[in-house]
Amino acid sequence: MDASESDIEAIRAKLGTDKPILNQYIQWLWDVFRFDFGHSLTSGRPVSELILERFPLTLTLAVLGIVLSIIIAIPLGVISAVRRWSFWDYIGMLFSQAGMAIPSFWLGILLLMLLSIKYRVFPLFGSGSINHLILPSISLGIARAAVLLRLTRASMVEELSKEYVITARAKGLTERMVNYKHALKNALLPVITIAGIQLGYMLGGAIIIEQVFSLPGLGRLFLFAVYQRDFPLIQGGVVFVAFVFSFINFTVDILYSVLNPRIRIT
Amino acid sequence: MKSNKNLLDINNLDISFIQARGAAHALRGIDLTIASGEILALVGESGSGKTVTSMSIMGLIPIPPARINKGSLLFKGNDLIGQPHAEMRKLRGKEIAMVFQEPAKYLNPSLKIGEQITEMLVLHLNMSKKQAVEKALEYLDVVGLGKSRRVLNSYPHELSGGMKQRVMIAMAICCNPSLLIADEPTTALDVTLQLQILKLIRNLKKQFSMGVLFISHNLGIVREIADRISVIYAGKIVESASNQSLFEDTLHPYTRALLQSIPDAEKRGHRLRAIPGSVPDAENIPSGCSFHPRCPLAQDMCSQEIPLTKDYGNGHSAACHMVH
Repeated sequence: MDASESDIEAIRAKLGTDKPILNQYIQWLWDVFRFDFGHSLTSGRPVSELILERFPLTLTLAVLGIVLSIIIAIPLGVISAVRRWSFWDYIGMLFSQAGMAIPSFWLGILLLMLLSIKYRVFPLFGSGSINHLILPSISLGIARAAVLLRLTRASMVEELSKEYVITARAKGLTERMVNYKHALKNALLPVITIAGIQLGYMLGGAIIIEQVFSLPGLGRLFLFAVYQRDFPLIQGGVVFVAFVFSFINFTVDILYSVLNPRIRIT
Repeated sequence: MKSNKNLLDINNLDISFIQARGAAHALRGIDLTIASGEILALVGESGSGKTVTSMSIMGLIPIPPARINKGSLLFKGNDLIGQPHAEMRKLRGKEIAMVFQEPAKYLNPSLKIGEQITEMLVLHLNMSKKQAVEKALEYLDVVGLGKSRRVLNSYPHELSGGMKQRVMIAMAICCNPSLLIADEPTTALDVTLQLQILKLIRNLKKQFSMGVLFISHNLGIVREIADRISVIYAGKIVESASNQSLFEDTLHPYTRALLQSIPDAEKRGHRLRAIPGSVPDAENIPSGCSFHPRCPLAQDMCSQEIPLTKDYGNGHSAACHMVH
């Protein structure tokens, strides 16, 4: 049964789609300035409510993922750089090659099969406890860790070839002090920048991982919004993700200036 | 063995670097001595082996790829060659300290000056953090920066080039070393600052009766500061003499060529005499006297026989077939 002409007109008038596109856009912008993102077309609930409802889970997942990847990447990257071509360096390289090559959804499925189905350590799906988020954050974190590890190693190798390292050795400092006090502090600067950008990406939701683990995060929310042509939700989502991403970058820049005295503003 | 009163006594030190392309013969049996309270300048062009010499005294040349073929490196009578790494590390910074060419690059950009000085005092002299800060202030004063807590709390980029080099020097002398190696310490500085830094090194030498190995490519600067001068060419000392003697009775044609290439007010209006050609690769050193392809006096024998180092009296020695 088709909607009648008058019904369609009524809905258009209600949604404002009877007005020219430019007017619609200006109206939407004006609403956004007042933090009104409109209502979802499918559920009728406010977009901001839908997003804020999903955000805590995505935030937790992203933070766990980035923390995990930093915990893996930095020590292994530093050891790889300090003891180049050693056992640990090969382990690091193997890990980073594998981590970058393995798709995270496949890793997620493997983890589920092993730790949720065979050994039942972690729940198979759903959300609500930190236990639900362990496997997803491992799946997310491994790939980021692979990238961060390579970066840490490269950055540390570069710092160790700088002149101030010769000075540190000429001062009779122990190798430990040369590596960890003098070189590492400088080597971490680019790593922090990239880790921040990765965190920003993850805060936009991890669509694939959320699918694999059936997690109600932002990724799924936006994915379904696209499927259902839920335009206000898509628009609100884009603005939200852009805002979060900028906010994280801003925070990283502030952090960077704290860690790097050369760009500190006095 | 020669007299024991020398602080540093390098005998016939011979070092190669083994590379995929072949061996680079960086030092071909050099002899150097430095007494306490003496400034020895080692002069040569880039690639002549100056830095390898200083790094081998510090025990900082990587073995491999470097290989010490022969020779000894006596510091206070002990041969540093073959010393365990841990022993060399305790010597570095405490007994033998080094000042580098470009303070901007050789200071850690993300550590405060105070930390970079005090960490040595804490490590080598077992000082408490507080004592170390006091000591660091004292040494900042010694190098002409005053007892400045502001400098101590600065990062390197917040200081001028001259201040940075003074900081480097304060860092080098803070553990009261017996030997200071200064590797082109004024090359990266403005001309006006160069003299100040030279004066400072000279005064410090007196004040702390250190031996100083002053490495430079510039005979003009060396003339201002050195007690004795050794000229190095392609990994070999070609001439050694007291400051005065080297400039007044120059023996080796290479030294003479270096002297002629110094800009000088008296030579105004004349073209500077550059030495034709360049220093040979350490992988490809000419036969006989390594300077013969560039030497105006070269004869047939110069390309065949390596000249021996001969003493011409008053501690003035040279290695040249054409000097009699």
